[in-house]
Amino acid sequence: MNAPTAFDQSELIDTRFTVPGMRCAGCIAKIERELPKIDGIAAARVNFSSKRVAISHQPALGETELGEALLGLGFEAQKIADNPLGSDDRERKQLMRALAVAGFGMMNIMLLSVSIWSGAEGSTRELFHWLSALIAMPVIAYSGRPFFSSAWMALKFRRTNMDVPISIGVILATALSLYETATGGEHAYFESAVMLLFFLLAGRALDAEMRTRTRAGIGALLGRMGKTASVIGPDGSTQRLPAGQLEPGMLVLVAAGEALAADGEIEDGTSALDNAMLTGESTPEPVGVGSIVHAGAINLGAPIRVRLTRVAGDTAIDEIARLMDEAGQSRSSYIRIADRASRAYAPVVHTLAALAFVGWMMAGAGWHQSLVIAIAVLIITCPCAMGLAVPTAQVVASGALLKRGLLVKDGSALERLAECNMALFDKTGTLTLGEPRADVSGLDAQARSVALGLAQNSRHPLSKGLVATLRAEGVEPAAIESVREASGQGLAGSWNGLDVALERPEATSTELATQLRIGPDVHALTFADPLRLDSQATLKELREVGIDASILSGDRNEAVEAVAAKLDLPATASASPQDKLATLEALKAAGRKPLMIGDGLNDGPALAAAHASIAPGTASDASQQAADAVFIGEKLMPVALAIRVARRTMQIVRQNFAFAIGYNVLAVPLALFGYVTPLIAAIAMSLSSLVVVANSLRLAGSAK
Amino acid sequence: MTGLAFLIPIALLMGALGLAAFFWAMRSGQYDDMDGAANRILIDEEESE
Repeated sequence: MNAPTAFDQSELIDTRFTVPGMRCAGCIAKIERELPKIDGIAAARVNFSSKRVAISHQPALGETELGEALLGLGFEAQKIADNPLGSDDRERKQLMRALAVAGFGMMNIMLLSVSIWSGAEGSTRELFHWLSALIAMPVIAYSGRPFFSSAWMALKFRRTNMDVPISIGVILATALSLYETATGGEHAYFESAVMLLFFLLAGRALDAEMRTRTRAGIGALLGRMGKTASVIGPDGSTQRLPAGQLEPGMLVLVAAGEALAADGEIEDGTSALDNAMLTGESTPEPVGVGSIVHAGAINLGAPIRVRLTRVAGDTAIDEIARLMDEAGQSRSSYIRIADRASRAYAPVVHTLAALAFVGWMMAGAGWHQSLVIAIAVLIITCPCAMGLAVPTAQVVASGALLKRGLLVKDGSALERLAECNMALFDKTGTLTLGEPRADVSGLDAQARSVALGLAQNSRHPLSKGLVATLRAEGVEPAAIESVREASGQGLAGSWNGLDVALERPEATSTELATQLRIGPDVHALTFADPLRLDSQATLKELREVGIDASILSGDRNEAVEAVAAKLDLPATASASPQDKLATLEALKAAGRKPLMIGDGLNDGPALAAAHASIAPGTASDASQQAADAVFIGEKLMPVALAIRVARRTMQIVRQNFAFAIGYNVLAVPLALFGYVTPLIAAIAMSLSSLVVVANSLRLAGSAK
Repeated sequence: MTGLAFLIPIALLMGALGLAAFFWAMRSGQYDDMDGAANRILIDEEESE
């Protein structure tokens, strides 16, 4: 943090690393305190949200040394490109600035307008109008830019979009207000124009924020791939090559603990691979000569030699990232309810306003009065209540769901969740916990503490499962001395002078198992990936609201069938990421609205392509990013809850819409016939907004 | 009414100050790492060496 710097500041360069292993405040403190103690490093700054570290260091220190320094602290790190934040981020910040300016303008102009409405007259009113104009002009010019430029682009290509009527409304209201101000007229409508911009910008800024997060997920996905590989030359020498320079046909040596940088086929050696990031399956996959391996898998066992088949840009993981990107884009074109309504609504209002103008002109009211009435129609129908109808309901519902362990990431997600009429579940990690849990009923208290003492030294999935089971039962670990881990064999050590070990069982079986040896005694431990406790209840609740569930898994047939039989669900097994995506596309083409619930990286494209998607909190980062909602904890019930609350939310949204439309149906004719003064329009407008907000607040208790 | 001559500029100035503070906070990256800020509060001050 504030390390004394004995460095010449001008010589320092910045290198950024992505450190996915950061989990807590302790990690931040450790990295920021320990790194500057290394010779040549001036400072380190952690960005926890994006899991990145920026290291300021002397140029003499290379990427490898810095990576090793981080590894020395216990964090795996990958260097990232210098400017990881592209134009998306600029666009988002621009929207935030426009929103802030519009907010400032809105508050100040409102202050002035309220005094005019409550009866300021003569020179005071004129002064206030001029002040409003002075504030409004720059504010509209600055904050309106996103709308004006988008409308201009559309008009240039002879098309129209939502921004065209917005721009026309804002410009027309501003121009007439300016004229009114200049001629000392009674009414100016700067506040309505600025308020309109403010509410619209708030929606856009939130939308941009969501999209930025999705992109970050795809970046995180590609960051997990091995970045370099040891290539074995024809003469047997090895050479370290970056992933981009690998070619199909090369022979690569993959050491234990290393991540693969490309897809290939094993030529020599047997080992176990952690494929969790590709498939979400926790069990290490045993591989031998002839096995196909994929980039991103981590070698847990012995070194293997791999003949490469598909390299950078062409690997299975690249494919998944591309599918996710495409699927995500096709979904962002989804037309939201609010958009649909206001798309139909805006032209109607403008036509009405135009008709009012023409009508009053023909009735001989003079062009000035006719224009005032036309603008009154525009103002009183300011889509405030309409604009609040959806977001307020969604915010309240999301807050209620969050308290029940379900994080909804996107406002429109609730809309889509409510529309779903069928559900597809991944098996491992979704219906099941996704972690092997040990059956420790055969162990006595002493054996349990020895097992925990041994297992906590290993990062093997079975050890981690054993540790989780034992810790959950409150077991204290025994002190084990000289613990050593042999890849593929197990853990061994000594306890009170006895040799103890956690090792591979002698009898081979299809079940996941290990055995605990304490001196002469041998205990067998079996592992299972248990179903989430409330799976049955959740599925029952889903059926009650008319949602048919089925299983769509990449796992083996037998494993899937066992779960399917238990839960009485139809199932499809051995589905590749492409199969899953194709299944969803087919369902969507058939008019169904599938909800996908999955956790693995192989579910990523399916999650992005589904009508709506939910991922458990244990899912890979990429899947969590692709999903609309994430549920935390070991219960599946938040899935059913999400559907119920989403439907209730849409009910409230429809009520809000009905009210907003009803209000307009009443107010517009009055305005059309010239009975509405700006004061009445303002009160009616704020009242209608308040009613909508109050109605939305009823959702707070909906997630009980 | 003369009070307005003071009050309106004061109101505008305070609003503008808030706006400037927000711009400054955004430019200096205070919104870049919200989760980090939440966690940093838990870090103990380093012992003076």
